[in-house]
Amino acid sequence: MTATLPTAGRTSPTEAAVPFEPVIIGFTCNWCSYRAADLAGTARIKYPPNVRLIRLMCSGRLDPAFVLKAFAAGADAVVMTGCWPEDCHYRVQNVKALRRFELLRRVLTDLGIEPARFQRVYASAAEGQQLADAFTRIVADVRALGPLDWRVDLADPAAAADEPVDGHEPAGTPEAPAPPEPAAVTA
Amino acid sequence: MSAYLFYPGCSLSGSAKAYAGSLAAILDPLGIELREIEDWNCCGASEYLTLSPLGGHALVARNLALAQRQGDGTRTLVAPCSLCYVNLAKTDRYARDDPGLGARLNDALGAGGLTYEPGSIAVRHLLEILVDDVGLEAIAAHVRRPLRGLRVVPYLGCLVTRPDLDRRWTHHERPRVFDSLLAALGAEVVDFPLRTACCGGHMTQISPDTGFTLIRRLVDAASRLGADLMATVCPMCQMNIDAYQAEMNRHFGSHYHMPILFFTQLIGLAFGSPPEALGIGTEIVSARAALGRIGIEVPAPAEPEAAAAPARRAKKPAGLPMPSLGDEDDR
Amino acid sequence: MTGPRVGVYVCHCGTNIAGVVDVAAVRDWALERLGPHGVVVARDYPFMCSSLGQELIEKDIAELGLDRVVVAACSPHMHERTFRGACGRAGLNPYLCELVSIREQVSWVHTDRDAATRKAEAVVAGGVLRVREQVPLEPLRVPIAPATLVIGGGIAGISAALELADAGYPVHLVERQPSIGGHMAQFDKTFPTLDCAACILTPRMVDAGMHPNITLHTWSEVVDVSGHVGAFSVRILHRPRYVDTDLCTGCGICEEKCPAKVVDPVFESGIGYRKGIYRPFPQAVPKYPVLDPEHCIYFERGTCRACEKLCPTGAIDFEQQPEEVTVEVGNIVLATGFEPFDARRVEAYGYGRYPNVFTSLEFERMSNAAGPTGGRIVLRDGQTEPRSVAIVHCVGSRDRNFNPYCSAICCMQSLKVAHLVREHTEATVYELYIDMRTPGKGFDEFYQRVQDEGTHLIRGRVAEITDVLRLPDEAGEDGRLIVQVEDTLAGRQRRIPVDMVVLSVGLEPPSDAREMARRLGITCSSDGWVIERHPKLDPVATMTDGVFAAGCALGPRDIPSSVANGAAAAARILGRISQGELALEPIRASVDEARCSGCRICNDLCPFGAISFERGRGTEVDPALCQGCGVCIAACPAGAISGTGFSDAQILAQIEGLLFPGTIHPEAGLDAVVAGSATTPEPEAVPA
Repeated sequence: MTATLPTAGRTSPTEAAVPFEPVIIGFTCNWCSYRAADLAGTARIKYPPNVRLIRLMCSGRLDPAFVLKAFAAGADAVVMTGCWPEDCHYRVQNVKALRRFELLRRVLTDLGIEPARFQRVYASAAEGQQLADAFTRIVADVRALGPLDWRVDLADPAAAADEPVDGHEPAGTPEAPAPPEPAAVTA
Repeated sequence: MSAYLFYPGCSLSGSAKAYAGSLAAILDPLGIELREIEDWNCCGASEYLTLSPLGGHALVARNLALAQRQGDGTRTLVAPCSLCYVNLAKTDRYARDDPGLGARLNDALGAGGLTYEPGSIAVRHLLEILVDDVGLEAIAAHVRRPLRGLRVVPYLGCLVTRPDLDRRWTHHERPRVFDSLLAALGAEVVDFPLRTACCGGHMTQISPDTGFTLIRRLVDAASRLGADLMATVCPMCQMNIDAYQAEMNRHFGSHYHMPILFFTQLIGLAFGSPPEALGIGTEIVSARAALGRIGIEVPAPAEPEAAAAPARRAKKPAGLPMPSLGDEDDR
Repeated sequence: MTGPRVGVYVCHCGTNIAGVVDVAAVRDWALERLGPHGVVVARDYPFMCSSLGQELIEKDIAELGLDRVVVAACSPHMHERTFRGACGRAGLNPYLCELVSIREQVSWVHTDRDAATRKAEAVVAGGVLRVREQVPLEPLRVPIAPATLVIGGGIAGISAALELADAGYPVHLVERQPSIGGHMAQFDKTFPTLDCAACILTPRMVDAGMHPNITLHTWSEVVDVSGHVGAFSVRILHRPRYVDTDLCTGCGICEEKCPAKVVDPVFESGIGYRKGIYRPFPQAVPKYPVLDPEHCIYFERGTCRACEKLCPTGAIDFEQQPEEVTVEVGNIVLATGFEPFDARRVEAYGYGRYPNVFTSLEFERMSNAAGPTGGRIVLRDGQTEPRSVAIVHCVGSRDRNFNPYCSAICCMQSLKVAHLVREHTEATVYELYIDMRTPGKGFDEFYQRVQDEGTHLIRGRVAEITDVLRLPDEAGEDGRLIVQVEDTLAGRQRRIPVDMVVLSVGLEPPSDAREMARRLGITCSSDGWVIERHPKLDPVATMTDGVFAAGCALGPRDIPSSVANGAAAAARILGRISQGELALEPIRASVDEARCSGCRICNDLCPFGAISFERGRGTEVDPALCQGCGVCIAACPAGAISGTGFSDAQILAQIEGLLFPGTIHPEAGLDAVVAGSATTPEPEAVPA
């Protein structure tokens, strides 16, 4: 079953319903999962183009603000990927990331975001196939859920989403829009 | 009093009546209350699960469902027979790991108005309950007539420590826990290399050659090590070694006389119960002579007694030092 | 335009990218849609990493006044340095250049051209928005102290130490045992040449012992390591030998006369003896003996003191205390080797129960002419020669119950054992193997030789070693050890009666490997072996700058590999020492004192000890210790910690770019996205 975009308000002549394709932001860690994604590329393993990856040095760098920003900017799902426990390049930081993940997911669920929209995947640098498989599965999961449609222009909420103003404030600030307490507690 | 749900299994009312009787005799001193599952059914033994996994598991799951329903405060189900224990434990574990199986089992159970939530019953072997819950110290404290001088083989059989689905055992091929239990009764425990070796199971029916070879191997090893008798936890093992020993002897032209008793019978003896109350004397290969040697009188049966106890093996002095196995007090 | 001036370069990478992604469309899109975000030029080119490609960038920087560069091409792990170099040459700070992957993560993994192109556009947008937030950075420069610490005095450690020392730099070689030499000193012959191990090892040991640049710390432990690459401070504990090494001449009288005799579980692998005061073997380096207080009559009962009485120089000192020294080094080589798998864990093989089941290391000691049996292969009674020997492969290796990996050297060692048995005795030899792994130089030839010598090779994993007969009067089995195995090539079960069994035990990491790793700030894999920086291209460096590893500490390997590892680590270190200083990537956290409230949540998060707290001043991050993981940045509730290279601003911008309008719902087109739907409410204003 494919969900379709709402057609109301559309001015384009192409009024036919468009099959929904989710867009998913994936956070990868430089040492393991990013390399796994590279390996998937080198091995020409195919997976759906719905996932767009950001490289962090470590999954422990994942600030809950990033996740919320992704949702607010239009992502239908977010995936946190990183090294397996015990293999973290920085020793145990992926465990700290896991703690944040669990708590953040609970908060997101309370906010009405289905758990399937925030998932985590472990992938070592050798696991290109496994990472690709995980992405394929997650895309299918999210496609079935439909669009999240939570877009919020944080810089200028009143304006249309794609009109940037030159010299405007950087899109993100150190103080995250998310409540800081959960981040602190999970740290 | 600790209460447990109890699944006796078919053999306890048949070939292993002595197991049931001796178990009943030791419950009070050990502070155990066993609540038999009402309307329990056969566990399917070896055959059903191999012929039809779904049918077999559903058959077993019915017992788990009944146990869950009967519950009333306890969720531990104890099985004295090793195969019943494994079938029950496996079914619960597989249903837990595979929700699809769990759903299909509940479909089947639903036809009988029953349901089972995988994981809600903890299945444990009778031996585990005695060793872990009651504890060796408590058992030793109840020993009135230590079995001093009785050389006993700790024959566990193949199924207690394998498959170790819940990772309860450290040693799967040579566990120490049965040795420790028998030692707590005052017996002299033989270091038996075939603690978990196969007794032949149903091979006595399917391939008698193989079955008798395996029975013979156990009995021969026990005899060579100078054992007086073997102790076991499993009705199948007991039956093979006891009931089929004569036929095995005929098959090989041998003259072994190695009695095999249930461990609960030995616990009962050590606690001071009279042999008749424990079903001793009903075994086919009589334990009369063996027990008589340590001063326990078993009422005389009609059968003639068999060969004398085999000679003990002497130790050889070592040349190069041996690695030690340590004194691990483990399972 | 007062904002940054960004140049976007889209690489074709031949057809690797251009075959799937419409690079021209991406280029045009970038200029048009990202122009308002600062993109002043967008180009595409077949091979951006070529010199011509790089010149494009350099030219635009010079002529167009670009102050940010985004290259859309392969993975940053491939060419980030290349493009940063180009910018640097053109006078632009290299950290104002961002390489985004549209190859490994787009063209190579997707087939839908439209979707791939749209994703590439989003990726470029992510890069552009991110790079706008980047600031010029300088690499951190740390001076490199010329001394090196080598932990472990086996063949790998000795090799590394000698290379460094020969180059003229000081080395501290720490060894836990009383002598250097490691496991190699225990072996009899080494495969495939059958060189005598001691003959080739002891000259290197002597070199190391006598080298003016090498300070040996034997019978010692590394207790603590602090600092960072270039400046590590290491505390080494010298355990008391109870022998004054300034006075000891190594004459050996104390050992000779000591009445306490005890099984030697270390060097003799438990089948030989040593004295209470001993040298592990005659060629020990250093030559000073060690007194074992647990087996010394004086320490137990207060009597004897024979060694003290007989020592000609009065070197025995029962009052000796442990001593701690601190050394300053620039780099560390971890060469702690392996421990043999404990064969007692495989209960089915009867090691420890059956006297005549031996391990391969026990066999080495037996076969060694200087060993406890004088080189005779005998049963546990110390006298009888075996008539038949079974050698069992893969004990504890390739086994899900124990270690899943292959221990690499045991096949060759097993074949060597077969050969040595045939050399010393008339015994029939059986090799029970799963696969024969003989890849090195001369290895397969050795395998052929052992076969030609008449060794029986049986392919099957041994199920059991037993002495229990299965049937009455089984010919030849009574009183012997029976090897129960399925001969997979013959397709049947076999029971092979033998006199002696040798278990080829696998290799395991040292029992304190993880603790040592923690002390050094490196990681071990789940098996316990040290993780190298890159398994193919950087096999002796670890993820922590300044800490290298060599030999079996990294995983099972043979002697030539261990020597090569040691030399490689030494070469890397020599390179650093000769440069005098090291440039570290400026990916670091730093604390804004004004915002730090002193909550200290971050303090315990750093596994590298880079975060310290002082009352009145707040929390501080030591940039040299900081490895840039960013956990503290994400944890700080006040946002007081920021990270260069991966700042919040950069990542939030990248997220926005990746979700750039027009790239999200491909077929829908721009308008649907702009207008939204009638059912969703207007976006609420959220305070930024």
